[in-house]
Amino acid sequence: MNIVVLTKWVPEPEGTPTIGEDGLLVREGADGGLDPGDEYGLEAALQLVEAAGDGEITLLTMGPEIAQAALQRGLAMGAHKGVRITDESLRGADSLVTARVLAAAIKRQPFDLVIGGVESTDGYTGIVPAAIAELLGLPGLTFARELHLSDGTLTIERQTAAGYDVVVAPLPIVITVTAGATEPRYPSLKGVMAAKSKPVETLTLSDLGLSGDDVTPTQTVAEVTDAPPKQGGETVEFDDTTAARIADVLAEAKVI
Amino acid sequence: MEFELTPEQQQVRDLVREFATQEIAPGAGERDEHEELPLDIVKKLGELGICGVPIPEEHGGLGADAVTWALVIEELGRADASVAVTVSVASGLAAGMIARYGSTEQRQRWLPPIAAGEMLAGFGLTEPGSGSDAAALRTKARLDAGSWVIDGSKSFITNSGTPITGFVVVACRTGDDAGANGVSTIVVPADAPGFSVGAPYRKLGWRSSDTHELSFEGCRVPEDHLLGERGRGLAQCLAALDDGRISIAALSVGLAQGCLDASVRYAKDREAFGRPIGNYEAIAFKLADMRAAIEASRLLTYRAAWLKDRGQPYTTEAAIAKLRASETAVDVAREAIQVHGGYGYTEEFPVARAYRDAKVLEIGEGTSEILRLVIARDLGLQPQV
Repeated sequence: MNIVVLTKWVPEPEGTPTIGEDGLLVREGADGGLDPGDEYGLEAALQLVEAAGDGEITLLTMGPEIAQAALQRGLAMGAHKGVRITDESLRGADSLVTARVLAAAIKRQPFDLVIGGVESTDGYTGIVPAAIAELLGLPGLTFARELHLSDGTLTIERQTAAGYDVVVAPLPIVITVTAGATEPRYPSLKGVMAAKSKPVETLTLSDLGLSGDDVTPTQTVAEVTDAPPKQGGETVEFDDTTAARIADVLAEAKVI
Repeated sequence: MEFELTPEQQQVRDLVREFATQEIAPGAGERDEHEELPLDIVKKLGELGICGVPIPEEHGGLGADAVTWALVIEELGRADASVAVTVSVASGLAAGMIARYGSTEQRQRWLPPIAAGEMLAGFGLTEPGSGSDAAALRTKARLDAGSWVIDGSKSFITNSGTPITGFVVVACRTGDDAGANGVSTIVVPADAPGFSVGAPYRKLGWRSSDTHELSFEGCRVPEDHLLGERGRGLAQCLAALDDGRISIAALSVGLAQGCLDASVRYAKDREAFGRPIGNYEAIAFKLADMRAAIEASRLLTYRAAWLKDRGQPYTTEAAIAKLRASETAVDVAREAIQVHGGYGYTEEFPVARAYRDAKVLEIGEGTSEILRLVIARDLGLQPQV
């Protein structure tokens, strides 16, 4: 059982990221780490391998030196090895470029399952895993809130707005795992120490047989503006109609 | 001179900080209210390897250095002093005695479960009639048909009555010598016949840690439960207390840091007379003083641990660190309440608990008075005791 887990270094989710003059996130020297949204999928992978009794989990990431920290975290949690793709020409890569690069890296070795988060906690496009599935010509099962593997077939409960769908597909496939699907483990101290001696391969574009044309973004950031400050909201005075009014507001917001 | 932690030390600290912030701090107030020892947290700390940090690798631990252990206790203390003291006494004091003086058999029996977070253990030196004057202890042990028979009592023994207490290291008088040379330490399993645990103390602080008075009435344990050399018990205990003092200093630093964190947060948020109270010199300078005192205590603590790691004498330095850090913790906790005003006096904010938890830091593992005595003696003075 070979599982590739897509991982991403993201800036500290509760911090305020710095945007450079080119409209791109400044990663160097920033606080951050493994995308919390990636940990659910990694935990699912660890549980699958533990249940199977054998298997190997490869963490795959694209990013500069700082992305190494995200790999170390995943390795400390129990992944077996890491692959990091870094290339000056990948700065500003959009979702499609990222998917092409990651797909090229995934193809280098046999695999059964590719697991990603639903979306990254910085760009939030939510496109990359589905694009990878397309590029690899494989089924892409998204929003898995629960997964069961048996006899080379993966069954997932796919979270929907109304409830969930049960989706079944034979391996190999690409899936995304929702936040809360699993309870990611804390790395143990021994895991942290062991992570240092686990192999991490660093690849460039030419190692993947890709050239400049393959990684030319089809979209660029034109401008970055601050979100408008929150408006005051509506104050509902308490009287006999308050409960009904609150119910209306929640219904309008499609919460109930 | 080098002030950088090693990458390993930083990683251990970061992991403990993450776990403590997310899993220990949130329930600390409620556990304090209900005097509830969180065995689930102890177990989890064991699984993560945190309980095993100071325990040798061959017995299931990490075998890490004293600086790393101080970092662990500091981070636990920042979240919950009760959890910090529970782990410190089991993995530090009690397991430390076994690791340092125990036979291979004793080490193999008692260390792995403590490292795994499956067992807690206590250290029984203090008695109803002897605390600072440890050599005046009266609990007696005599050999009878291959067993030690112990009679006496012990006071304020942490971890002695939990559902997972494995043993208490008990200092006993085993010879005719009425002084320091007549004391030995014996490992008393929690289920030893004649060993009984009294009702839990009702305490000002450390309320979710487990503390009892113990009594021994014809308590029998096999002869091979003697720890180390007969007659060396007091020296063993005093050496263990040097380590314990570094732990309490680290716990103090963590507790004080937690108070400073909470106070800075509050001072930036709370407004009075039209601006955040942190922008008034009265509060800002108070916070600056708190930080300066904490940083000084932290450096003293790390230095004592560092000396231990280098194999150099550290008795005086551990006493200095514990004295300064514990008094800083009490001062900082008191001032943190002042920053929080009326809210600080309620249990809605963690500083009230911190203030209650801080006081015992000036008492346990050597009172401030005894520490001053140790330091004064190192100056070549002989103050009357």
